[in-house]
Amino acid sequence: MQSLTQRAQPVDRRPMTWVEKIYLWNIFRGMLITLVHLFSKKVTINYPEQTRPFSPVFRGLHILNRDEEGRERCTACGLCAVACPAEAITMEAAERLPGEEKLYREEKYAARYEINMLRCIFCGLCEEACPKDAIYLTETIAPANYSRRSFIYGKEDLLIPDPNTQPAEYAKARGQIDKKKKAGA
Amino acid sequence: MTILNIDWFFALEKLILIAVVITGALVIAMYSTYAERKVAAFIQDRRGPNRAGPFGLFQPLADGLKLFFKEEIIPSHSNKVLFVLGPSLAMLTAMMTSAVIPWGSKVELFGRSIDLQIADINIGILFVFGVVSLGVYGILIGAWSSNNKFSLLGGLRGASQIISYELAMGISLIALLMVTGTLSLKEMVEQQRHGHWNIIHQPLGFLIFLICAFAECNRTPFDLPEAENELNCGYHSEYSSMKLGFYLFAEYINMFISGAVMACLYFGGYDIPFVDESALAVNTAAILGAVALLVKVGLFIFLFMWVRWTIPRFRYDQLMRLGWKNLIPLSLLNMFVTGAWILWKSKSH
Repeated sequence: MQSLTQRAQPVDRRPMTWVEKIYLWNIFRGMLITLVHLFSKKVTINYPEQTRPFSPVFRGLHILNRDEEGRERCTACGLCAVACPAEAITMEAAERLPGEEKLYREEKYAARYEINMLRCIFCGLCEEACPKDAIYLTETIAPANYSRRSFIYGKEDLLIPDPNTQPAEYAKARGQIDKKKKAGA
Repeated sequence: MTILNIDWFFALEKLILIAVVITGALVIAMYSTYAERKVAAFIQDRRGPNRAGPFGLFQPLADGLKLFFKEEIIPSHSNKVLFVLGPSLAMLTAMMTSAVIPWGSKVELFGRSIDLQIADINIGILFVFGVVSLGVYGILIGAWSSNNKFSLLGGLRGASQIISYELAMGISLIALLMVTGTLSLKEMVEQQRHGHWNIIHQPLGFLIFLICAFAECNRTPFDLPEAENELNCGYHSEYSSMKLGFYLFAEYINMFISGAVMACLYFGGYDIPFVDESALAVNTAAILGAVALLVKVGLFIFLFMWVRWTIPRFRYDQLMRLGWKNLIPLSLLNMFVTGAWILWKSKSH
């Protein structure tokens, strides 16, 4: 029968020679191999201290963006929820009342905004659909949790820090968004 | 100070020595577990334990603590007395061999000359052999009293393995005894200090002794009594908590002791190579000698681990064939050649 590839090797079925029977020489050769590995470079990355660099288009947990004055950008248009193939996003719209101009950028805002991280497939279509520059996927990996309920992330989990009260944290979050924008452009 | 015809200072110094040796053996066994994991990791291109303390140095403490906090299970169908006796015996026999090993030459303290050896009995190596053979009782009793078929099979394997390899070990040792003419370990070491190391006279004998030592310590490639994948951990499958810890610990102490025995028999014990100890002060020489012995033992322990993480386990029939058909004839040959050589040497003088 013709072999499929030309790489087949016949098995050596000769009886063992005396040197092979006594094992010692072969064991010695094996030990040399392991000795080389003893001093070779380790491939492990010390995870919490060192992290592997992510691809610039990596898609992790979502954040809801604020503008420079700390106002929420989301207007609860629902385009992200429509775009979502996994139907992970739920929202409830509300009208901005007089005196809330410092909180919300437009007249309409999301009173409730929830993403079910168990449903989410991290495709990033919400990010693409958003006309208001409000939702972004970060480099954070969705953490483990104990209950299904706790995987439903509300506004308090998703919104980035307010630049008025926490400028340093806001700058950090903005840095991630800018990196993302650059990678997308 | 002599009361009741007993030299109490002598008793005290021996007690202190025993405490030091046992503590030392336990600490070394503890850190052998750490070394084992590190060596295994490095050989497999991993990093090994590095979380507890700097370089993971507190890992053995964490492991020991974990073993203490584990639930202590004594199976209801087991023989309770023997079930507890098994691991205790394994630990006891592992410790007992350290009594006759010379850890160094003499130390001079408070005007007394103290031997760094607990008991210099004139049948030292015979004592080691006797106690090591007793060691298998720990395994056998534990295995039998668990009342579990896997355990029993493991215990049986352990017993038959020790019987098979002790023969070859004993015969290879007879050849060594013919060369040295003494059974006392101290005297053997002193001979090697003033002459050559015995490895030069007995290379084949050492090789056989080494292979048998692997088998006696139940180390891979001869760890058939606890073969995880076929016997479900063998003799200690019913054990938990610190009783299991005792078994595992006894293995590491055995490794340490057999390393020390091999260093004393074939590699000059506390002799420092290429250094004339008589030029040094007595105490310095003794301490340096003890360090030299520990370095040699450390190298042996590393060898044990290195082999473990290189070679897969032998099959049972391969083990028996190696023992009875290869090692025993080889050691007999070694004994015969040694005898002929000694005869020829004495004739030619």
